Amino acid sequence: MIEARIVRILTGILGKEHVSTEKADLLCYSYDATQQKFLPDVVVHPATAAEISLIMKMANSEKIPVFPRGAGSGFSGGSLPTKGGIVLVTERMNRILEIDSENLVATVEPGVVTEQFQLVVEKLGLFYPPDPASLKFSTLGGNVAECAGGPRCVKYGVTKDFIIGLEIVTPQGDIITTGGPTMKGVVGYDLTKLICGSEGTLGIITRIIIKLLPLPEAKQTMLVMFASIDGAAQAVSAIIGNKIIPTTLEFMDGRTIDCVRKATNLEVPEAARALLIIEVDGDREFLAKQVEKIAAVIQPLGVVETRIAKTPAESEALWQIRRSVSASLRKVNPDKFNEDICVPRSKVPEMIRKVDAISEKYGIPIVNFGHAGDGNIHVNVMIDKKIPGEAEKAEKAIEEVFKGALTLGGTMSGEHGVGIAKAPYIPLEITPKAADYMKAIKQALDPNNILNPGKIFLDN
Amino acid sequence: MAKLKDLEAYREEIEQCVKCGACRAHCPVFGAERREGRVARGKIALSQAVLDGEIDFDAKVMEDLSQCLLCGSCGAGCPNKVPTEEIVAAARRRIAQEKGLSTFGKGVAAVIGRPKLMNALAKTGGKLSNLLFKKLPENSGLRLRFPVPYLESGRTLPPFTDKPFRERCPDRIEGEAGKPTVAFFTGCGINYMYPAVGEAFLKALKFLGITVIIPKDQACCGLPAVAAGAGSTVETLAEQNFAALTREPVDFILTACASCNAGLVKVYGDMEGECAELGPKTRDIFVFLLEQGLAEKLAELPRAAVRKVVTYHDPCHLRTQGITQEPRAVLKALPQVEYVEMENAGTCCGLGGTYSVYHYENSKKIGALKAGNIETSGAELVATDCPGCIMQLQDSINHAGGKQRAVHILELLNEALPD
Repeated sequence: MIEARIVRILTGILGKEHVSTEKADLLCYSYDATQQKFLPDVVVHPATAAEISLIMKMANSEKIPVFPRGAGSGFSGGSLPTKGGIVLVTERMNRILEIDSENLVATVEPGVVTEQFQLVVEKLGLFYPPDPASLKFSTLGGNVAECAGGPRCVKYGVTKDFIIGLEIVTPQGDIITTGGPTMKGVVGYDLTKLICGSEGTLGIITRIIIKLLPLPEAKQTMLVMFASIDGAAQAVSAIIGNKIIPTTLEFMDGRTIDCVRKATNLEVPEAARALLIIEVDGDREFLAKQVEKIAAVIQPLGVVETRIAKTPAESEALWQIRRSVSASLRKVNPDKFNEDICVPRSKVPEMIRKVDAISEKYGIPIVNFGHAGDGNIHVNVMIDKKIPGEAEKAEKAIEEVFKGALTLGGTMSGEHGVGIAKAPYIPLEITPKAADYMKAIKQALDPNNILNPGKIFLDN
Repeated sequence: MAKLKDLEAYREEIEQCVKCGACRAHCPVFGAERREGRVARGKIALSQAVLDGEIDFDAKVMEDLSQCLLCGSCGAGCPNKVPTEEIVAAARRRIAQEKGLSTFGKGVAAVIGRPKLMNALAKTGGKLSNLLFKKLPENSGLRLRFPVPYLESGRTLPPFTDKPFRERCPDRIEGEAGKPTVAFFTGCGINYMYPAVGEAFLKALKFLGITVIIPKDQACCGLPAVAAGAGSTVETLAEQNFAALTREPVDFILTACASCNAGLVKVYGDMEGECAELGPKTRDIFVFLLEQGLAEKLAELPRAAVRKVVTYHDPCHLRTQGITQEPRAVLKALPQVEYVEMENAGTCCGLGGTYSVYHYENSKKIGALKAGNIETSGAELVATDCPGCIMQLQDSINHAGGKQRAVHILELLNEALPD
């Protein structure tokens, strides 16, 4: 329990209505999408970097853990208050401060919802490509902290590729800026890139400088069904080998297709054992040619059917197959462990075969879909937690999946981050020496380990 | 016996919430407040904690649970389709059982649970409003400002009628042989505030030769009581309506109010007992009219040279049932209408029935967004399919200083059809 004295200090900084120790509020900030629950002692809603600075100075001297939180939509537990203390919600900091159309740069506060930002810049003919599946509700601050990905990353890159500067409050309460609004900048260490993906362990993001692109004139969507996962994987290589980088290259394996077929009335032929949703963007007249070329290149690779959208409504209909995956999985089993391994894209079929073997070994359905263009596979281990022993089996299966990805030169997280979900597996991927350097950085910035402790690395 | 589900009966649905946060993108109240207790995910977490004995219905939990429009947007946008509005309604019933109904809730239950009292009150209101507003022109925004106990001053309300619609119309209007027979569930909005919409309804069905029965002893659908947690009132009303609507055999029960439609289809449809049979029989008026060939008939009418620019607001209680195209299709088919789509037509207007009484400030904030979108669309009229939405839309437009008028699509259809 936090002392009343501390709550009084917080109230002095933020005002009564932005500090709560009500049980209802503690419950409401105790979870994220991992379905784990840890109650904080107090929830605060600051509105400025100066307020956060005061909170951190107090927390640092009192050695109270602070857990920064955006929308709380993470899949790895990055924002969970695992040690009680203070949950610091950034949602009041939700202003778009500047959009500089001339220099293609924007400055925002961390609580801006990603899609809302996209819609605003798109009205100005500008483009912010990172598009995590949660973009309608996740915040840019959370996206930066976790370095969110999304389907368009194959062409445009992930969140950190668009972040050129930050303002952060350090664990010791200093307000510092990193990078800036220029396209180039090589003075000093690149702290911007260090903070992107640091999962809220090194600083609290209070301002974000974003690089923008011109909005592509148009986009075109095609759905291609294959007789095998190998055909789909070869298609990915063939497209990229032909110097075409689509905006998205999403894939679904045979099991995922089966789920969708069972749960919806979307028409997917029985012969389809893998499918790709391919989207290209750019100048209108250029797109038709690209689509034609893609169709020609992949035709010999066991294509069962190709559907090309001619209108936005048809495009949406094609995406509907992908969007219906989440709900259809629940018909397999009620509980889902959603992992996000990433392997070199040529290794996707091998990885799927490994996952299938693991699924068979443990007798647990595992369904795969994801971003084939960058080798990022969402491995969904489906169980019913109420059945005794299932959760333990799932854990073993997941560890084998991670090991499988690593043996193929991959990583155990492409876009969700480590948080608490993957912390126990860190030694599988990061050598002790490399981990020591990382821990040294954390120690230097946060000597009292008060900012988001227990994340990425286990405490001991 | 009609019986609503207890909160405990929703445990499985509650456990289906995986706390992904998708509801944050869809909840109008969260949009206005951005606090986790205000969004579906938070309310589910609180309901779960109550069921698990982790927390009681303390003041903060009750406040959070009261901050829900019951619009169903969260459930419609939820990957797991968790029916949060039903869970919140069940939680409110549990609160009422444990703590008793709020004063306002008691008032709601007393009035809508006693149709005769409601009739008397509405008529008194009608006489008063006639007295108060008779010197003002009909299209004046001021004419609509009507101070009512529990409602803050400055709110726009339509004048109550001193002769409710059901007292003006016959019990039965015979149509053509071989065409369906329907029962008209008028709802309170049409009966007491917008009788012209009821008249337009009858004209449209007469135009298509449909036989209409208007059971005079029908009652409120009970949605305000659902919101207030007055479960037994809802159950009583459901039984009363079941008796009224099944006395004579009908092919369909028609509504011209989105909320009544949801009341009959969803609330009654989920009940234990025979009242659930009303759900599958109930149709929205525009779904029915299109099935009966209205669009083809309208296409035969000459297009007007000068047309009114009209946009459409999706009432949540239809949108969340997937009824979005039919009202638009009718509007687009009207010869005197130039249809424009507004931005965010599908977001809630902010009324939420009794929500706007409890939380008028938030209700206004949500409504202001809608008023802005109506203004930007360039429409002179915003048409919808729910008397409640009409009331809120007009209030929001008036607060924003707009010139547009909110109308029911049936009123526009009425203009288009020959007398």
